[in-house]
Amino acid sequence: MNLILVTFIILLAFTSYYFGRKKALVIQSSQRLTALPKFYGYYLAAWCAAPALIIFALWSVFEPSIVKTFILQDYTDQNLTKNELQLIYTKVKALAAGTYTGNITNFLDESANKYIQLKGIANSAKVAIILAILIFSLSFAYRSVQKNDRMREPVEIFLKWVLFVASLGAVLVTIGIVFSLLFEAIRFFQAVKIFDFIFGTHWYPAKTFVRDGQPDPELMKDAFGAVPLFAGTFFIAFIAMCVAIPIGLLSGIYLSEYAGRGVRKYAKPIIEILAGIPTVVYGFFAALTVGPFVKEIGNAMGLEVSAESALAAGAVMGVMIIPFISSLSDDVMTAVPQNLRDGSYAMGATKSETVKKVIFPAALPGIVGSILLAVSRAVGETMIVVMASGLAANLTMNPLESTSTITAQIVVILIGDQQFGDPKTQSAFALGISLFIVTLFLNVIALSVVKKYREKYE
Amino acid sequence: MNSFKKNLLKKRYNAERRFQWYGKIAIGLALSFLAVFMFQIFSKGYSAFQKTWIVTEVHYDKELLLIDAESPSKDDLENADYYDVAYKAMTSLDPGLPEEEDRQLIQMVSYKYEAEVKDLLLKNPDYLGKIVPIKLTASDDVDQVHKGNYPRDIPEENRRVNDYQLQIYDMLNERGDILLEFNISFFTSPDSREAELAGIASSFMGTVFSILVCLAFSFPVAVLAAIYLEEFAPKNKFTDFIEVNINNLAAVPSIVFGLLGLGILLAVFNLPRSTPLVGGITLSLMTLPTIIIAARASLKAVPPSIREAALAMGASNMQTTMHHTVPLSMPGTLSGTIIGLAQALGETAPLILIGMVAFVNTIPGTPVDPAASLPVQIYIWSESAERGFVEKVSACIMVLLAFLILMNLAAQIVRHKFEKKWS
Repeated sequence: MNLILVTFIILLAFTSYYFGRKKALVIQSSQRLTALPKFYGYYLAAWCAAPALIIFALWSVFEPSIVKTFILQDYTDQNLTKNELQLIYTKVKALAAGTYTGNITNFLDESANKYIQLKGIANSAKVAIILAILIFSLSFAYRSVQKNDRMREPVEIFLKWVLFVASLGAVLVTIGIVFSLLFEAIRFFQAVKIFDFIFGTHWYPAKTFVRDGQPDPELMKDAFGAVPLFAGTFFIAFIAMCVAIPIGLLSGIYLSEYAGRGVRKYAKPIIEILAGIPTVVYGFFAALTVGPFVKEIGNAMGLEVSAESALAAGAVMGVMIIPFISSLSDDVMTAVPQNLRDGSYAMGATKSETVKKVIFPAALPGIVGSILLAVSRAVGETMIVVMASGLAANLTMNPLESTSTITAQIVVILIGDQQFGDPKTQSAFALGISLFIVTLFLNVIALSVVKKYREKYE
Repeated sequence: MNSFKKNLLKKRYNAERRFQWYGKIAIGLALSFLAVFMFQIFSKGYSAFQKTWIVTEVHYDKELLLIDAESPSKDDLENADYYDVAYKAMTSLDPGLPEEEDRQLIQMVSYKYEAEVKDLLLKNPDYLGKIVPIKLTASDDVDQVHKGNYPRDIPEENRRVNDYQLQIYDMLNERGDILLEFNISFFTSPDSREAELAGIASSFMGTVFSILVCLAFSFPVAVLAAIYLEEFAPKNKFTDFIEVNINNLAAVPSIVFGLLGLGILLAVFNLPRSTPLVGGITLSLMTLPTIIIAARASLKAVPPSIREAALAMGASNMQTTMHHTVPLSMPGTLSGTIIGLAQALGETAPLILIGMVAFVNTIPGTPVDPAASLPVQIYIWSESAERGFVEKVSACIMVLLAFLILMNLAAQIVRHKFEKKWS
């Protein structure tokens, strides 16, 4: 139904384009045209499609909730909770669609009939309204075509609006992220105190926290303490940075200050391959090769090492991050003005002294920015941790034990079928929002530092 | 020059040389990580492109097949009972084996061996009543033994292939009845719980559909947004806000987009779970900022003289943009798009959250059929305990990497071939 309607609108828009162009040629025989003939076509097509499609979209967004309100009106006197009402509505819909398998009560049957009836009314109203709008807007547009009004300007203004709406897409995505995270997270924090979440030291969401059919706040308090996850996340990120910063920074310095043009041309893109390899591949590598390798070495030294150690995951993550640091720091050091170097050489400094005492300090803000971006990347990294670093949230600072991270727990909780409305599912969104805030914080600082740095030398 | 100064100079030069070596070592380490990594994947994965078959003889006995008709039709062959025939084909390898031990022989081939026996007859109806040789897919364990990936010297009770099966395997191998051929089914069959039957067709199609959906959603919006921001947007607070937004969006962890897909696309819009449609939309939200940034950069690279020339000829702003600036910026935009899609191709975590991790043993035909994707398939297989999946994972990684390399090459070619150099 919807598909037919949309196709109809689009087909009509195409026909009105050709019609408008033809009309322009007719007008041309008697008067001077105000624009190229095709603009007459565009004008008609835009007036045809845009209002109808906008109304269609608005209708499609609001119809379900309006229908739902009408159906649930009949249940207001029963004192039901929100979840129960939702359940009833789902049942009514299933019954109306003929896929309901449960017990059919009279009341439910009535509601389903009402639902079908409402849907029917809504559908015919939709078609009628859209047809009316089509007729109205097309006749309006046709009249101005006949009057030979200015045609190019309105079309261009319309196009500009289309462009503007597209640029809102990115904002919309951000709003979507914040909204979807907040919505579930707020419900989670209604069940679990935010204080217990941020400062609790015991994370065990698989535990049953239902006592006598009701979620027990005392048990829940002990299940959703996110400190082990925050600690694990930053611990693994720290290990990763221990690998990535020295290697990345030294490679960056070598590439920008020492390497000949040939080496730079090939070495840089090859190192960047490391950043292009999918993280799931690193995860496999960490779990299958590095993890057992670390364990073997540790055992040979008489240490007790878990096969899923934080060290293995962190080290592999560090390798993944090397190019972020090396390429960015190479870029910022290349951007340091040549006269700083020349001045240093003129004073008799060697190359390495110039790098250490002049270029590095000058490029420091940019390098710090790139490191912060890399940290944010490490904090948000998921697959390596899921596959290589165990899933039990231990509060430990021993790199040879297994720990878990925010991202890994989100995956563990949400893999498979989720039940919305369950505190366990909601806790993943609470974790998600803390992750979002941390990475946003890091990014904003990093981007502003890098921006300031750029301005300094431009 | 006194000796003190000489020493100092020597020290400084040594420090210089050391520092240079640190840099070289760092680059060497980075490159060797890559080399070790590639070597590991290739050495583990190449054997998955070959498949082990066990050759035996099958007697298409009409009586055992329970076919009564004199000249049976296709339907008769379709509905015949292949259990006994297939069973005999395997047990005939060692006629002396007591009946209660026969499972040991049956376990040497895949559990679909009955279907393979049936397929051969359906393809060649004239085999009915004859004794013909047949190739059966070897079980995962025999396959691994034959490829040398499975140690034979561990104690029998820890081995998935027992001594008797090894003995039969050796006998067959000596007779030349174990074949190693190119593994077509790895590319043509969907996922399976059995390593010897599992293929990447379903996840490959899932990936293709997701990427197409992703392209369809992200490319138009991103290009239009980039045009607005670069060519039309007034310099004000709101435009700045949009820009900051885009830059931050590009650095949001991918898993957060998965949560968005779950919380909005599945829970609010009720789109079908586990499908490339939802996966593609989720990925498109991720690639949106990447493409916007690339498109803006390439719009910026078009020299102002082009715009000025068009404006001087009386073109409107919109005409200048649409007829001149945008077409000239297209190569850069397209190569940025391809790179964005390549990133999306390797994403796993958001797809897991929207349920594309479900076990799918059919090949999806449309974007609204449940499917996995190549990276998710890697995750699924690497979580399973069977030894045969290790090489499958590595092979799947090789396919994925090949895909990524192709896309990056395409981006390079688009950029270098079609981009105009302004100087």
